[in-house]
Amino acid sequence: MWLYVARRILYAVPIALGVTAFCFALVYLAPGNPLQLLLPPDASAEVIELIKKTYGFDKPIPVQYAIWLGRALTGDLGVSIATNRPVTGEVLGALSNTVILSVAAVILAFSLAFTLGLLAAWFNGRWVDRLVTGFSIVGVSVPNYWLGMVLIIVFAVNMNWLPATGMGSKGSESFRLTDWEQLRHAILPVVTMSMIPLGIIMRTTRSAVSEVLNHDFVQTLRAKGLGEFAVLRHAVRNALPAVLAVMGLQFGYLMGGSILIETIFTWPGTGFLLNKAILTRDIPVLQGTILVLALIFVATNLAVDLIQTAVDPRIKRA
Amino acid sequence: MTDITFGAANPAKVDTAPPVKVRGYWQSVAYRLRYDYVTLVFGFIILAIVLAALLSPWIAPMDPQKTSMVYRLKPIGFKQFTLGTDELGRDILSRLLWGGRTSLLMGVVPVGLAVLIGGTLGVIAGFIGGKINMLIMRTMDIFYAFPSILLAVAISGAMGGGMANGMLALTLVFIPPLCRIAETATTQVRGLDFVEAARASGAGTASIIVHHILGNVLAPVFVYASGLVSVSILIASGLSFLGLGVEPPTPDWGLMLSTLRQAIYVNPWVCALPGAAIFITSLSFNMVSDGLRQAMDVKM
Repeated sequence: MWLYVARRILYAVPIALGVTAFCFALVYLAPGNPLQLLLPPDASAEVIELIKKTYGFDKPIPVQYAIWLGRALTGDLGVSIATNRPVTGEVLGALSNTVILSVAAVILAFSLAFTLGLLAAWFNGRWVDRLVTGFSIVGVSVPNYWLGMVLIIVFAVNMNWLPATGMGSKGSESFRLTDWEQLRHAILPVVTMSMIPLGIIMRTTRSAVSEVLNHDFVQTLRAKGLGEFAVLRHAVRNALPAVLAVMGLQFGYLMGGSILIETIFTWPGTGFLLNKAILTRDIPVLQGTILVLALIFVATNLAVDLIQTAVDPRIKRA
Repeated sequence: MTDITFGAANPAKVDTAPPVKVRGYWQSVAYRLRYDYVTLVFGFIILAIVLAALLSPWIAPMDPQKTSMVYRLKPIGFKQFTLGTDELGRDILSRLLWGGRTSLLMGVVPVGLAVLIGGTLGVIAGFIGGKINMLIMRTMDIFYAFPSILLAVAISGAMGGGMANGMLALTLVFIPPLCRIAETATTQVRGLDFVEAARASGAGTASIIVHHILGNVLAPVFVYASGLVSVSILIASGLSFLGLGVEPPTPDWGLMLSTLRQAIYVNPWVCALPGAAIFITSLSFNMVSDGLRQAMDVKM
């Protein structure tokens, strides 16, 4: 198993390098001179010369990439054009707010989806099953940015129960779980965000559990006189690793795909930062945020794979 | 066919079994679909949406671009505006019908292009194998390291807004998964006896791919692509919603949702209409894709 772990980690290195190369190339995808994109429009000639030297824009592209990568590895992702602050600080500041939303959404989705998926597998083919299966398709088909708007219309505009947008009056820099005002602001975005993972985890649970229920050993369990509840417990234990893996991947998707929901709810996370960067054509922030989010996604996938190997010793991948 | 009769003294008197109808693959798929009412219903919904979008110049009650200062943000059913008006006094129903054109285009074109490019790359990687396979598939792995919406936002965010850039970004997002599916299907078939037999009887590489490989690759690629249309519509509208993708004043569901968002306190339910259109379209494509997967017996 340790050999697999080592190989899996080694395998993630070229992918992470590829991700950095892609993010570096984003500057060249943008129309116009890359140097101008990285500088404020009113930069003086001396500043332009200085930046040209330090970032190596007079050198060939592979050398530029090496310089950029070296800086990125030491935590220097450049300076925001819009705010003139270091990109690393901006991204890290926003990151915790996105983590809070994603973690809460995944937990909510998992607890609901696992229960419902289990019910669907147990009542295979009955109306509960059809309802759950139908709902899981709705979950992955609904545009979550629209769902967010509908929830705002219902709960904020019409009923006035919950705040529509933002993170609360008391500053939006840090989120504290003890702050009821901030928690209230998080409810609608979390519910909206949990929709897609809800559908996907539900579907996975249903198929994983019903697959286990079809195994011979389940029949043996019944034959030796085990109650239905105890049989289900065995099925759950066998299906859980697959479901947890999907849950981990969904967490990665939420972290990286939060831009629409954070824009709807003006939630000051990485997605909101990304949206601001797009609107102001702040290429350094765009590049830095995407790099950090993609690396987190790579790390999440790696962690899910490793945990799954540890939990389920039957998975011995070459 | 040779006639072999066992122990029959008089061949003329042997009862011949009634001819068994043997359906071809596509015939049996059509047969199964004919009794799958859920898929049929959603298929008709898609047909209706496509027709409504195509016929919008003739069936739209008003000019989708005609603004009016007097009739701004009117509710559903106000005078001649069946579904109300937007923030510039334009008729929502007409804009929804016209918007279907851009939204469907943004949903279908990237998937079609990605099927062509990704499918070709996948078949090449699977058929040639070795170093070429490594090169193609490991490059695809890099793009798997991005959640699809993030990749689309990254590419179109860097390149700037506009429908063409949005479609290009979506195409790039969908190439890796389609390439992987085509590669898997090709690799599975490549080593089978009938390919060997074709080669032994002198078939060239191109003819083997066209006659023996493609038939086995098309079904999984087609089923997967039909599901991607739903994803594509969702992400494309999302891009337009963010101000990437389609640019004003072109009517588009995502863009309409974005501009109407400002009016959420004035006229909430009118603001939700474009999103409902996106939802129904995406749901229908997902349902039909599910039905196709079952009818075509594709496991993924």
